[in-house]
Amino acid sequence: MEALSIGLDAFFLAPFRDMFSLPDLLIQVIWEGFVSGVLYALIALGFVLIYKASSVFNFAQGIMVVFAALVLVSLYNYGVPAWLALILTIGVMGLLALSIERVILRKLVNQHEAILLMATIGLTLIIKGAGQLFFGGEPKSMITEELGLSTGSSDWEVFDGIVIFQHIDIAAAVIAIIMVAALALFFSKTRIGRALRAVADDHQAALSVGISLNQIWAIVWFASGIVALVTGIMWGARSDVSFALEIIALKALAVLILGGFTSVPGAIVGGLIVGIGEKLFEVYWGPIFGGGVEAWFAYVLALIFLLFRPQGMFGERHIERV
Amino acid sequence: MSATSETVATQASTNGTSVLLSVDNVTLTFGGVKAISDISFNINKGEIRAIIGPNGAGKTSMLNVINGFYHPQKGQISYKGKTRRRMKPYQAASSGIARTFQNVALFSGMSTLDNIMSGRSLKMKRGLFWQALHVGPARQEEIEHRAYVEKIIDFLEIAHIRKQPVGKLPYGLQKRVELGRAMAMEPELLLLDEPMAGMNLEEKEDMSRFVLDLNSEFGTTIALIEHDMGVVMDLADRVVVLDYGQKIADGTPAEVQSNQNVIDAYLGVAS
Repeated sequence: MEALSIGLDAFFLAPFRDMFSLPDLLIQVIWEGFVSGVLYALIALGFVLIYKASSVFNFAQGIMVVFAALVLVSLYNYGVPAWLALILTIGVMGLLALSIERVILRKLVNQHEAILLMATIGLTLIIKGAGQLFFGGEPKSMITEELGLSTGSSDWEVFDGIVIFQHIDIAAAVIAIIMVAALALFFSKTRIGRALRAVADDHQAALSVGISLNQIWAIVWFASGIVALVTGIMWGARSDVSFALEIIALKALAVLILGGFTSVPGAIVGGLIVGIGEKLFEVYWGPIFGGGVEAWFAYVLALIFLLFRPQGMFGERHIERV
Repeated sequence: MSATSETVATQASTNGTSVLLSVDNVTLTFGGVKAISDISFNINKGEIRAIIGPNGAGKTSMLNVINGFYHPQKGQISYKGKTRRRMKPYQAASSGIARTFQNVALFSGMSTLDNIMSGRSLKMKRGLFWQALHVGPARQEEIEHRAYVEKIIDFLEIAHIRKQPVGKLPYGLQKRVELGRAMAMEPELLLLDEPMAGMNLEEKEDMSRFVLDLNSEFGTTIALIEHDMGVVMDLADRVVVLDYGQKIADGTPAEVQSNQNVIDAYLGVAS
């Protein structure tokens, strides 16, 4: 009886006492969680863009992040100035989008979703192989400062302690917010944005008003290529650019399950919940489990969602009329 | 000169009107099932042409062939004098063929206005670059097309639901929005798949009025599938009747109505 109440206290009350006894640490943890959350949200956004427009679950999103970052860094290492390398990388992502649409999607129109998923798994292997062939397998450091991003940090004195803000994290948050806002505006205010939403809603009806599916697909793949590039730069700046980055895309899967596969706001909110949640859990509950909880927190959360709300927080519940 | 274009020419001269679209010996099969077998008919410029027939007669398949969703195994389709064996939906839309669907196919998450604006897709030419910036020419273009769409909204008397998401609208209004989207394409040929299905009498009267006005004021040629015989007889200039994928009659409403094959198809034959 005594042991149980100690256990309950340790799990349900002690972590909150810890949080309030050191508020500066709490702010630090939430901030770091927020930044990872923003990056998860960006990767999830890349998935959502493609899934909405073409019902393709793009398994290659993770490797696209790595690929974009590798192209950028390698171009710089070959002696191309950073700004030009950035423009060229955007061009490469555009070419990649066009060739994926031409070579893969166009041949697989109207196939089952599982077939399209398999195609993107194949695509993952091809991009990975090509990346290793051209750029080698060893980790590279991101050209953060060369791109004009500060690597310093600022301290904020608060609650008798300090909270440290890495400038790169601030930049990541600001850029991610700008990108999301720009995408939202583009979707709601322009012809192509409207066409995108139309395609997401009803393929046949979209075709009947003369919207070209091929064009829309190339555009969404390009857009998610750009999102991948930004994620690659930001994530690469925090660690290194290596093929191991690919696995952060798996975290984005959990984000998608939380947010719903078709919802842009869902990707953002889901990303923040996973990012902040896993950091808090690691710091305050981690010791109970002997640490390392950050690695599985997202998936357990996703599992709970799958049990009780499989369409996610913002996803559309599919009811088919027969 | 191919054989087809000659037949088109002769038909045109005998009728005194020009043929907009002609379907020649079209056969469409799905696996072993013949949805359409060897059907030929034409649609004259400016007329209202009805396609009728019992359920499963191949009417919707016929529309799907005309706007390029299905590619027939045999036969061909000539539109505005051009013959194509295979036409893609995009080509059909850009050459002026618009359509509505039997089970309303709207973009249910979008507002009435955005749905109808999406019909302007092909008319808007500014590229991705300008649109991404959302300034200058792209913005100007958006405003011009908006004005045209407002005209359609007035014509269809749906100003009060302009901003509402269409998924929540009653069925009759959804059908009207769908017609609006097709009108926004400024089509030469408009295909309507059961535009009055599931409507009450008043809604049917409204829809009939829109179809007639669209035909007379905008000069749009219309091909419609409809089950309500009263509506068909009132609206259509000519009627083609399908049954089990075959054409069993073709002519004016009065001719078709008294045709024995048609009566048999609808009422059954005593054996």
